[in-house]
Amino acid sequence: MSAFALILRREFGLSFAGGGGPALAIGFFLAMAALLPLVVGAEPGRLAAVAPGFAWLVLALASLLSLERMFERDYEDGSLDLLALGPAPLEVIALAKGLAQWLSTTAPLAVFAPLVAIGLGAAPSLAPISIAAGLVGGVSFAFLGGVGAALSLGSRRGGILTALIVLPLFTPPVIFGAGAIDACAAHLDWTTPLLLLAAYSLAALALCPFAMAAAARNALS
Amino acid sequence: MIAHVQVEGLALMRGERTLLDGFALTLAAGEAVALAGANGTGKTSLLRAIAGLLPPTAGTIAFSDASGGEIPPEDAIARDAHLLGHQDGLKLSHTAGEEALFQARWTGGDAASARAACERLGLGALRGLEVRKLSAGQRRRLALARLLASPRRLWLLDEPLAPLDQGQRTGFGAVMAEHLAAGGLILAAAHDPLPVPARTVEIGG
Repeated sequence: MSAFALILRREFGLSFAGGGGPALAIGFFLAMAALLPLVVGAEPGRLAAVAPGFAWLVLALASLLSLERMFERDYEDGSLDLLALGPAPLEVIALAKGLAQWLSTTAPLAVFAPLVAIGLGAAPSLAPISIAAGLVGGVSFAFLGGVGAALSLGSRRGGILTALIVLPLFTPPVIFGAGAIDACAAHLDWTTPLLLLAAYSLAALALCPFAMAAAARNALS
Repeated sequence: MIAHVQVEGLALMRGERTLLDGFALTLAAGEAVALAGANGTGKTSLLRAIAGLLPPTAGTIAFSDASGGEIPPEDAIARDAHLLGHQDGLKLSHTAGEEALFQARWTGGDAASARAACERLGLGALRGLEVRKLSAGQRRRLALARLLASPRRLWLLDEPLAPLDQGQRTGFGAVMAEHLAAGGLILAAAHDPLPVPARTVEIGG
């Protein structure tokens, strides 16, 4: 088994350990959806209007929940030392960690989010574009989140720091994703915002592993 | 295969503090060196520097093979060195067997060598148990198992035997002696004497 597959499998497995994984993020998602009618009012028209945008925003926030697990636990229990002395460079390890985070948290959420939006009254015809935007945008949520998690390594209350580092970087994908869903709802051209979202995610996929590895190296030294 | 480690003029800083300056050390195949010194003098930092995790502020750390040919430090560390720090690097939610298998595979061993290493260190019966249920000494033995499971020449050990009882220390002494006899190199920070004949290098003071 190649080093990359080995680490990807380990990370994916670990994300389900201890009640983590998609269950936690989906629970958070459901709790937020239950609160929404209490905040904006229960009129179906109003809920239906905000549901797709709301689902998209909560998707971005829910992907923050499990970031601490990406690097902090390995750093605390000494596994990061072991990983650093293995056959793959930290950049490859960071890529595997980002992919595992996407597979275990953001991708299941992306598939689940439209169900919640439909439950709140959104048009079912928006589900395909929501899933597509969630899957594509989820890549940038996972990888940018990983950079935040690696940068806050070793600091106390790293979770809050991670959110502060990451949320501004989430702005472009949130805008593009919401734009694609809005455009689809208004029967306009939704390919442009979706392509912009894909471009942003691809850039994150290509660049973030280097940033994560540099931050992790700095924390280890 | 690493046969010599040569440290010359090494300077290490932690924050604003200089830990080592102009430190030199040579380690040859079949040799064990015990790093002695009070707490905070830089034993752990030296091990981490040799493992490539802590960049030195000055000096060189060179690895060479039996014929004297230099090995690039990244290759030497990624293929032929084990570092065992204070922490065991184990996942509490995994079973001992899963952790032994991953650690072995990650460092170049396989399922059979992981199983053999566990048997040798008396962990055979514990392989199905979650790591969180193991005692400190059992966890340390599980971490030590990767030294056996994947053959790498250079062992960098930080207080490796601290949580082990006397019987286990003697037992691991035999493992270390075999490693040295097979041409291995051991550099260990230890407050207690190592269970194998070792040259002591004093740090700091």
